[in-house]
Amino acid sequence: MKAAVILLPGLNRDRDMIAALTDIAGEPPLTIWQTETSIPDDIGLIVIPGGFSYGDYLRCGAIAARMPVMKAVREKAERGTRVIGVCNGFQILVEGGMLPGALMRNSSLKFVCREVELEIANNKTVFTSAYAQGQIIRCPVAHHDGNYFADAATLDQIEANDQVVLRYANGTNPNGSVNDIAGIINKAGNVLGLMPHPENLITAAHGGTDGRALFESALDLVDA
Amino acid sequence: MIKARVTVTLKNGVLDPQGKAIEHALGGLGFSGVGQVRQGKVFDVVLETADRAQAEAELKAMGEKLLANTVIEDFTVEVE
Repeated sequence: MKAAVILLPGLNRDRDMIAALTDIAGEPPLTIWQTETSIPDDIGLIVIPGGFSYGDYLRCGAIAARMPVMKAVREKAERGTRVIGVCNGFQILVEGGMLPGALMRNSSLKFVCREVELEIANNKTVFTSAYAQGQIIRCPVAHHDGNYFADAATLDQIEANDQVVLRYANGTNPNGSVNDIAGIINKAGNVLGLMPHPENLITAAHGGTDGRALFESALDLVDA
Repeated sequence: MIKARVTVTLKNGVLDPQGKAIEHALGGLGFSGVGQVRQGKVFDVVLETADRAQAEAELKAMGEKLLANTVIEDFTVEVE
């Protein structure tokens, strides 16, 4: 399966993401600039990396979510193409309405840059099938606005649908997210958003490879 | 030309840690009677139209499409 990485001004984790995908897939992903209005048919996985698109002006991800390329991403997602948004990418997906809820300022009001523990809360997704249900993995976070919020009705719905895929575990919730939510999928199961950075735990040189299985799952590189 | 102001505030029930921090800072400055602070955003928009009804409709659409995130925020429109 071929991957593509969306590029927007102000993102800064794009090179990490490209390096991770290149290492895992054996070929570099296609890169797609924000003004593009279509995404090639052979792309099976679209990744929106982290950073500070448009300087976080207005709200994190708000302006990026309204760029032409995001209309193309939405159309591909509606036809089943897999989409992963990491950090600012997650913020862009919720701002664009592709995932429920919102990401607000961390409850501490501080930027957090540290390692957290994540529980695989649902391994029956195309993104987490290579992990065990309930498995705890390590993952770095680096964000100022990762405090996941949804109203009570939406929260009940996403919990009932098993749309919470990743939760901060063992008291490591770094931002005040409701129900320790670190990552969610859409109802159809092909769009994932997460605040932590699995692309930074890919090779032994990173100090761990806990993030690798997420991209291997998403690229269908594991035997289910 | 029509001048307008769009005010965006957090919905009731949405936690506002920034407002809380401001509230505490006001207390620290000696303003002892502050019950609560909720923060938000103000957008002053100048529209080229002279048609008030059209301006109001456009500003409402701007609020819904971009200026507010209606998952967590409400907004009001005032036209001068």
